[in-house]
Parts: sequence; C-alpha cells; structure tokens
Amino acid sequence: MLIARVIGNVVATKKHRTFEGAKLMLVQPLNLDDSARGAAFLAVDGVGAGVDEKVLIVLEGRAAGEALGKKAAPVDAAIIGIIDHVDHVENDRGTL
Amino acid sequence: MQLARVIGDVVATRKDEQLQGLVLLIVQPLTPAREPVGKPLVVADAMGAGVGEEVFFVRGREASFPFHPAEPPIDAGIVGIIDHWTVKC
Repeated sequence: MLIARVIGNVVATKKHRTFEGAKLMLVQPLNLDDSARGAAFLAVDGVGAGVDEKVLIVLEGRAAGEALGKKAAPVDAAIIGIIDHVDHVENDRGTL
Repeated sequence: MQLARVIGDVVATRKDEQLQGLVLLIVQPLTPAREPVGKPLVVADAMGAGVGEEVFFVRGREASFPFHPAEPPIDAGIVGIIDHWTVKC
C-alpha cells in the first residue's frame, strides 16, 4: 500500500459496467515528506475521499476489486482509507 | 488505472487463440496535465475506443476480466473512455 493525495476526479460515461456508481479519483503518490513520488494515476474510491485529502492506496487487482465490492472488476488501484496523520522516524531516503 | 491517449493500433493475424477478435491499440500514458509520461504500450480494448481518444486502462491480470468467460493472455486493457477530468493544482 502507499500514501497519496487526491488531486482530482475523472468523468467517463463509457466505461466497464463494474465501474457504474464508483468514483474515479486522480491520485498523486507521495514520499514521506509529502513530495510527489512518480506519476499520478487513477484509483476507485471505496471510502468517500475528497480532493486534497491524503489517502491510503492499494495497488493490486484483487484487493482493489474487493474494496470496490464487486467480483471480477477490472481495477488495479483503490482508495481504502483516509489518512489522519503519519508518524515516522527520520529516513534518509524519504520514501516508503 | 492510468490516463492515456490512443495513438495507434496493432494488427496481428497469427496470435493466441484467446486473442481472436480482440482489438489491440497503442496508448501513450498521460499525466493529469496531458503530458506524455513513460513509453507507449499495447493494450486490449474492451470499450470501443478510437485513435485520439482519452481513455483509462488497467494493468495486470484484471485487464482480461471484461472478456469473461474468455481469459485472453493480456496484461493491460482499456476499461473506460474519458469525458473529462478536473485537477486541483
């Protein structure tokens, strides 16, 4: 799992039926110091996250499908939690 | 899933039986600012997307789910055609 910030949302009328009713959010993965880490991607939202919130992301198909609550959903990333805060000791790499 | 633009297609006459009838497209992954990120890749198309359209695709085994009960040996597939997106900078 990784930490990310919700930076936007995506609207798509034509999509696979398992996406019906699901929110699609654009998320930017973060380092522990909150700097951007790699490219932003899309995640289905299983918890009702909003733009600007820091969230917990699962980046694996089976787990993401379960977060969406649908079987055989063609998804590979899901928001599974809204982060209140993160505590950590110093890490010279600044990454998870 | 990733944002991408469809930039081409691939035709292969001789291929795995499970790939028969599948449309293969080339997509360029995009950042939310519509800049190319990473290299183009070949994806299967479950949604009827065309060249120039903005789409999102899924990676991994889950890419084959839209073709159930067939289980084509693919690792990336388009699962939505995007109307628009908004980003807070």
